[in-house]
Amino acid sequence: MNLLEVSGLSKRFSPEQDPVVDQVSFAVKPGEIFGLLGPSGCGKTTTLRMIAGFETPDDGDVHLGGQCLLAVPTERRRIGIVFQDYALFPHLSVLKNVMFGLHRMKNPARRDRALEVLSLVGLSGYENRMPDELSGGQQQRVALARAVAAEPELILLDEPFSNLDAALREQTRSEVRSLLKKTGMSAILVTHDQEEALSVSDRIGVMRDGRIEQIGPSEEVYHRPHSCFVAQFLGRTNVLLGVGHGAYADTPLGKLKMTESRFGPVLLSLRPEHVEPAAANNGDSHGTVTAREFKGHDITYKVKVGGTEYLAHTEYTRYFAPGESVRLVAREPAVVLHEDVHHGCCEEPESLCPKITALML
Amino acid sequence: MNPALPAAATRRPPWYLVLPAGAAAVGTVLPILYLILRALDAEPQQLATLILRSRNLVLFGNTIALTLGVLTACAVLALPLAWLTVRSDIKHKRLLTFMGVLPLAIPGYVMAYSLISLGGNYGFLARIFDWVVPRPRGYMGALAALTLYTYPYLFLNLRAAFLGLDPALEESSRSLGYTSMQTFLHVTLPHLKPAFLAGGVVISLYVLGDFGAVALMRFEVFSYAIYTQYSSAFNRVYAAWLSLMLLTMSLSVVLLEGRLLGRAKLARVATGVARKGRSVRLGWWRPATYLYLTLLFGASLGLPAVVLTYWLTLSPPSIEPLRFAGVFMRSAAASAPAAVVAGLFALPIAYIRIRYPSRISRTIERLSYVGYAIPPLALALAMVFFSLRSAPWLYQTLPLLVLAYSLNFLALAIGPIRSSLLQSSPRLEEAARSLGRTRFEAFVFTVLPSLRRGILAGMVLVFVIAMKELPITFLLAPTGYLTLSVSVFGRTSEALLAEAAPYAAAIVVFSSLFVGLMLKYEGRH
Repeated sequence: MNLLEVSGLSKRFSPEQDPVVDQVSFAVKPGEIFGLLGPSGCGKTTTLRMIAGFETPDDGDVHLGGQCLLAVPTERRRIGIVFQDYALFPHLSVLKNVMFGLHRMKNPARRDRALEVLSLVGLSGYENRMPDELSGGQQQRVALARAVAAEPELILLDEPFSNLDAALREQTRSEVRSLLKKTGMSAILVTHDQEEALSVSDRIGVMRDGRIEQIGPSEEVYHRPHSCFVAQFLGRTNVLLGVGHGAYADTPLGKLKMTESRFGPVLLSLRPEHVEPAAANNGDSHGTVTAREFKGHDITYKVKVGGTEYLAHTEYTRYFAPGESVRLVAREPAVVLHEDVHHGCCEEPESLCPKITALML
Repeated sequence: MNPALPAAATRRPPWYLVLPAGAAAVGTVLPILYLILRALDAEPQQLATLILRSRNLVLFGNTIALTLGVLTACAVLALPLAWLTVRSDIKHKRLLTFMGVLPLAIPGYVMAYSLISLGGNYGFLARIFDWVVPRPRGYMGALAALTLYTYPYLFLNLRAAFLGLDPALEESSRSLGYTSMQTFLHVTLPHLKPAFLAGGVVISLYVLGDFGAVALMRFEVFSYAIYTQYSSAFNRVYAAWLSLMLLTMSLSVVLLEGRLLGRAKLARVATGVARKGRSVRLGWWRPATYLYLTLLFGASLGLPAVVLTYWLTLSPPSIEPLRFAGVFMRSAAASAPAAVVAGLFALPIAYIRIRYPSRISRTIERLSYVGYAIPPLALALAMVFFSLRSAPWLYQTLPLLVLAYSLNFLALAIGPIRSSLLQSSPRLEEAARSLGRTRFEAFVFTVLPSLRRGILAGMVLVFVIAMKELPITFLLAPTGYLTLSVSVFGRTSEALLAEAAPYAAAIVVFSSLFVGLMLKYEGRH
């Protein structure tokens, strides 16, 4: 049984423009953290605002606990929200901010509940501070406490970490995740940061140009991207053009095992950590090392094969010098991308598209 | 993903805000309708003689000449002062700025009063120095009084423009081979254009609508003619026609400004913070600068101060404090409710304009500015016609005066509310709604607290301006309802200069509060 069901949600702001949100459907299970990931302008925030009731969809449906929400005003949707800029009420103390959503409770209980939630987010003793006397991280926790205290069915987090500095961000992420898990709260996290989405969410949906490209558990979407865009947005990857012969494909890196059986032209994604350089012997090299990024715990090599550069991670023990001839060995099967090879797809390896055409001719 | 997206872009504003906002907007236009109705009472053949009489042309010519004259004189006075207080190495810039704004505390009719009481056989100069100089009269008198009162409006606008001017623009121009004079003409002046226009509109509207100074100086412009038609000739149809002609001129000024401003794109294109400009050394120009400042402040501040003080010492003891207090209280009793009414109506207008931008909310806001552009005498006359025709029980009552004040000054109350609204995030209301509060509760608990200062500032602004208002008070105050401004005007026009002094002084002292408030606002932006 799903808690939230979004189906066919669409929205355009002006008739001349393309829809900002286009037939978006997904579901959130009770207790689950769902990440909505995508680049700026992909429509994820608008989707969130339609779920909260701040925007009216042109088409589609939103159900929460089986009830259709479209005719329900924001204040009766039982959906909490934490904004990017937190939107704490500047004229109210921390305690009053948290008590704001508890207006249906009588006073001793209302105050106790607010204090309880404040201690849950580690802000006991701050209840009489004003919002402008708090650090960014503390403001963020007050905003979260304020939303949690009202006991909504679902919490929406709109880029909640983007106003924090890098060091604080990582710590806050895990705190927020453990708080949500501790309280059993369901949440939707909207972000453009793939690391954030992967580390906080149980499942993610990747959005692009108003549409959802892929939905699944974080690991699955990372390891088995369906499209070139998803593969590249979730991290660095090598996109290969190959010709499938069943379980194997011929590629510029030689014969590679594929995740699915295919015949004919096929686009493949191979993450840098799934391929490693090895010393070439007897002239079976694929290419030459062009660059080396030492990152302490591992090393990334750029290897040029037939005019295209490929990335490969390796442990700190493997050492190759730029200019050296190497073989590239796949550790995992290459992921078949569900893309039309003729169409071409990738913006990043520009060299690939003419090559696809060349191969087809 | 667009943080600039207005809240609930696609939603309609709630009815309990649209209703009062719309009512206020309609209220500002309604008077014009009554003017037209009254004007159409004329018989057809009478109509031709009313509109085509050559006196109208004289009035038109005089009005235009006075407006252009004041604008030119203001530019000559304000531009050097603005430059000096921003870009030069002159000392005490803050004090000079304050002195440049202070004349706003001396309304046109008080300035006219000090000029008039200077000359003549029994004037200030005759009594002290035995100089009998003719009293300033007519065009030059009106020009001097109005210029000395209104030039601060242009000064403030030009000063803000100089402050906002990115010095890198002038530096680029110099590095591209332009001399400093060429740079001033081709780079600096075009950037001052919006400031000239903004200040020019305020000054033009004031000059067109002014009645006190021109009446005291007996210079035949439209508003003076409306006054004589209404008060002595009792030809109300002709007064209505004159009001409509004057109104047309005021609205043309507003439209002309919009046209002239055009698509001027003068915002900074660059990113990053603009540096402060380097101060220009005055050098050999210093003595000339001091002479200019002495003349300017001597005329605009020294003269009224000295003359008022002198007449105060001569003011007869017959003016008992009790009577004076009564006059002051009557002014306050009309101004305070007007301030509250204007503030209450300005709030929904500003709110729906910012939070629910649409053609309707834009129109409502523009209409409320029409109330400010209507010449006060025309507005007052329209209110007279309105009450006589549709609500006789309102005629010559305090509520009608209060209503006219609030329609006239509604736009002034919108400004401060608007700027504090722009500073408060729509996310606050959304947060409140997601916490289970209705739209109305969200408005009361999150929007209102953040607007408290803006609403209060708007109300104080209206209150202080209404305290010194003359034309509307003159026409609409109930019989025997003597206020500060009416007292000054009445006594001065009867040449009872000493008797007028205490009331004029009270207005100046009280209006200084308004100047303080304005400066405080300028400081915050």
